[in-house]
Amino acid sequence: MKKIATREAYGEALAELGAEIPDIVVLDADLSKSTKTIDFAKRFPNRFFDMGVAEANMLGTAAGLAASGKIPFCSTFAVFAVGRAFDQLRNSICYPMLNVKIGASHAGISVGEDGASHQSIEDIALTRVLPNLTVIVPADAAETKKAVLAAVKIKGPVYLRLGRLAVPALHEDDFVFEPGKAITMREGSSATIIAAGLMMAEALAAANELANEGLEVRVVNMHTIKPLDAEAVIRAAQETKAIVTAEEHSIIGGLGSAVAEVVCEHCPIPVYRVGIKDSFGESGAPSELLQKFGLTSRHIADAVRKIKGLK
Amino acid sequence: MDQEVTARLEKKAKEIRRDIISMTAAAGSGHPGGSLSSADIVTALYFRIMRLDPERPAWPDRDRFVLSKGHAAPVLYSALAERGFFPTSELLTLRKLGSRLQGHPDMKSLPGVEMSTGSLGQGLAVANGMALTGKLDNRDYRVFVLMGDGENQEGMVWEAAMASSHYKLDNLTAFLDHNGLQIDGPVRQVMSIEPVADKWKAFGWDVQVIDGHDLSQIIKAVEKAKEVKGRPQMIVAETVKGKGVSFMENNVDWHGKAPNPQETEKALAELA
Repeated sequence: MKKIATREAYGEALAELGAEIPDIVVLDADLSKSTKTIDFAKRFPNRFFDMGVAEANMLGTAAGLAASGKIPFCSTFAVFAVGRAFDQLRNSICYPMLNVKIGASHAGISVGEDGASHQSIEDIALTRVLPNLTVIVPADAAETKKAVLAAVKIKGPVYLRLGRLAVPALHEDDFVFEPGKAITMREGSSATIIAAGLMMAEALAAANELANEGLEVRVVNMHTIKPLDAEAVIRAAQETKAIVTAEEHSIIGGLGSAVAEVVCEHCPIPVYRVGIKDSFGESGAPSELLQKFGLTSRHIADAVRKIKGLK
Repeated sequence: MDQEVTARLEKKAKEIRRDIISMTAAAGSGHPGGSLSSADIVTALYFRIMRLDPERPAWPDRDRFVLSKGHAAPVLYSALAERGFFPTSELLTLRKLGSRLQGHPDMKSLPGVEMSTGSLGQGLAVANGMALTGKLDNRDYRVFVLMGDGENQEGMVWEAAMASSHYKLDNLTAFLDHNGLQIDGPVRQVMSIEPVADKWKAFGWDVQVIDGHDLSQIIKAVEKAKEVKGRPQMIVAETVKGKGVSFMENNVDWHGKAPNPQETEKALAELA
């Protein structure tokens, strides 16, 4: 099956929705070929604004466009969208709850060869702490397209975390995508793996591997980090008694932390977090980096074995 | 402009200055200095220049005003209340728990506030966004933005200045409240922004330098700015921090301090 990067699907979705919704405008900070907003720019040149290498100004401008009725989508790499322009995201977008959508591409370590300066491993932590902001991490192209449409329907700021690397399609048929509602990808009662983004495919592969050993684990696709589907987390904790989280992000402050917060308060059970362990990334091929930083199906399966006392 | 209009505006500016003193005194904190220095600009905008309808704060064709130097909230609140956006009786709730008059403007709570500001340097970018919408939708509203001179030290101001000019936002007029003082002292000593008019010119803006306390100069400058095609306009307003209250004028201590009861009485007497 052909793999597609979520950024590709994002670019296509924007260009498609642009035809239906004239209020959509798109801003980019000199990365439109990489973030794929170029598809929209070509079709709707008068509704596309290249803001140059000035991310803070891009977010501020988007706030003004939203305050006057437009639905702006802003794109750049996640490391800049959140890191460089955090104050603008906080004070000019989230505090006034303006209708700005951030399509942040090249999130995580799978950026690859560009190295640590471009690998955003803290953006989930930084965005999920902001009131009014919805944080979505789609796992494949189909989810991304639905997430873009959902973002348009949400009245308020939305952060979409997108990847550079092509990822497999995880949904066979049409499926329901509702922000804040986790999708159970596989049923099981021995443990639950809760994952998001490109780690979703790894989680499913880990579940397959474990099934061969007689361990049926539930796999939950937590595409929305905020608002988190606490109900799904609590159900998993009560019914499977062990949770492993998997994310292409620091284990500090991301999906794993969000899940652990809910579990600690409502039904304490063991939670293991698979993610980047408090370090910066480095240059390398994406697959090499995912291996080195512990972000593969093997690492997830090992975590499940450990949490079950099998290793 | 006839003398009657000038006299009316001068009277209004004085009322706004009185409000600023009463509000900060009642709050026990706030920023009187930079509110007083911009009182004449804000008066001219809200009582002469801008197309507004207090009954319809979300009217799509209204002119917009972004107070980028959000700490001067008292001057904005006073103008909005005096213009009828909300009751003047609410002014004395400034900075109090539960008040719509937050320490820095909150667009979600108070009608007439076009943008939540307070973190310096962000207002011009927001104003650019509003001006872009005006262009996209073929609406003839104008966008005004007021920045502080200390605020011009923020790098983002210059990112935005470049963009306003690049996108030929001639429906945008900015004011620089050039009062020369910031929290740590004179702007020239803390981090000089000079020659500031030349900087704005170099960024492609139409630039005028005026006396920011002369109401007829302010109004004339905006009329002239409206004639400029293809370029945003900057009006550098030479002002006095604390203007109108003798002991606050040119005194940096009054950047972010409220007057005590004796000082309040004295200030209000001077503004009678």
